[in-house]
Amino acid sequence: MRAMLDFYLTQMKMALVQQFQYRVANYFYMIGMIAEPVIYLVVWSTVANAQGGSVAGYTPGEFAAYYIVWTLVRNMNIVLTPYAWENYIQRGWLSMELLRPVHPLHAQIAYFAGWKFVAIVMWLPIAAILAAVFQPEINTSPWAVAAFVVALWGGFFVRFMMLWLLGMITFWTTRVSAIFELYFTMELLFSGRLVPLALLPPWAQQLAAYMPFKWAFGFPIELLLGKYTQAQALYGLGAQVFWIALGAILVRLFWRTALRRFSAVGA
Amino acid sequence: MNFLRVAWAYFRIGALNELQYRVNFFVQLFESFLALATGLVGLALVFSHTQSLGGWSRPELLAVMGIHILMGGLIKTTIQPNMERLMGDVQQGTLDYTLTKPSDSQVLVSVREVRIWQTVDILMGLIIMVVAVIQIQARIGIGQALAFAAALVMGGLMIYSFWLILTTGAFWVVRMDQIVELFQGVYQAGRWPVGIYPGWLRSGLTFLVPVAFAVTVPAEALTGRLTPQTLLGAAALTTALLLASRWVWFTGLRNYTGASA
Repeated sequence: MRAMLDFYLTQMKMALVQQFQYRVANYFYMIGMIAEPVIYLVVWSTVANAQGGSVAGYTPGEFAAYYIVWTLVRNMNIVLTPYAWENYIQRGWLSMELLRPVHPLHAQIAYFAGWKFVAIVMWLPIAAILAAVFQPEINTSPWAVAAFVVALWGGFFVRFMMLWLLGMITFWTTRVSAIFELYFTMELLFSGRLVPLALLPPWAQQLAAYMPFKWAFGFPIELLLGKYTQAQALYGLGAQVFWIALGAILVRLFWRTALRRFSAVGA
Repeated sequence: MNFLRVAWAYFRIGALNELQYRVNFFVQLFESFLALATGLVGLALVFSHTQSLGGWSRPELLAVMGIHILMGGLIKTTIQPNMERLMGDVQQGTLDYTLTKPSDSQVLVSVREVRIWQTVDILMGLIIMVVAVIQIQARIGIGQALAFAAALVMGGLMIYSFWLILTTGAFWVVRMDQIVELFQGVYQAGRWPVGIYPGWLRSGLTFLVPVAFAVTVPAEALTGRLTPQTLLGAAALTTALLLASRWVWFTGLRNYTGASA
């Protein structure tokens, strides 16, 4: 246990130092990412203004708050993409990683978790500028902020596990981009990334509650915006735990079979 | 026209090359359909909460989407692959091989690559546009059709000049890969008419990155909103940008020392 903790801390520190070197590249990446929420924000603010000030309980100010927090959650949601798997297998990274006495999952979780600290620090000035331009309105409470901090990391783990599972498909077939794109489209629609889920028709909202996407994305944002009661917030955190656990069980179940299909390349 | 002959020759080679990989066509088709579905869902969501967006009706916005996809396809078949190759060539020093060829260097670097499977988007955009025009039920006269075609061509030329000017920056700073991502992000703004954006963003999308001229202005021509002044302005800006791109290109070339030589 102590060895594991030490392993995590060291990996995180390495990621932190490495990524901090590439501040400019990291910033370019973040700025490119901002176009997307700003477009959604402008469209929905226009709709809200045309509808007499609010749509489905969101005022333009609340849309602004939603999409500014969106940028932070989006950054937290960046994990090992399933596309990277092809690369890792081709270049022999996986062969190297398999020689270690710890599951490769841990190394990657720790690395991305460490990187997140750089992302959060770099996000702060961007959020300040966006807030100055778009004037967000936020009605939150201390407990919601505290729960948000937990949910933010919960979302990171949910998405990490889901994409790790998705990436494992690479062991069985190499024509994967169609599957991945389908997954990402579903995620875009049902996570709260395209629009706050409250704007979807009721049946789609119900459907979204049974999928993992919302718990990694829309849930933490709505939590911070004060859209939940304490009971609902607890339920949401429970849902995150459920999806993380399910992901871990599935990885455990399929990892051995997957590895048997893996013939080392580049080692 | 020597320039057209060179472009045609490169187009044929590029097409033959890609025709070898036929499965890619189906992958592209599938991905284009997914993107289309997402766009349609977005549109449906907006119009489930409102009747018009910034004065544009639903079929009119469908037309905007069609043009956005069409122009996006055009960019991805020709402009973007050429500019990506140019950036790569500057980094690796392989641009020298192109510069020694006895033809206009700007033409050469602009026509070398073509990705024919991306034409799926061009076709899809056209179909959506036709559907939208039928839904709008407006009669489109010859004059309007010509204005639309002119606006579309000028929009394409502006995007090309804009890309070339940015890419030429690679002669000084070498690494420009990020601009691809940056452009794709900003281009998404064209899915909606630029009129809905706040003033500072609108001017940015008009003059800094000419997305407004590439998508919104042709859409205005199609929906009968285009004023002759806008069309004249577009013509003036296209000429200015083309001249600027040529000037920047040759200034850049004089700064290029060749990484390999």
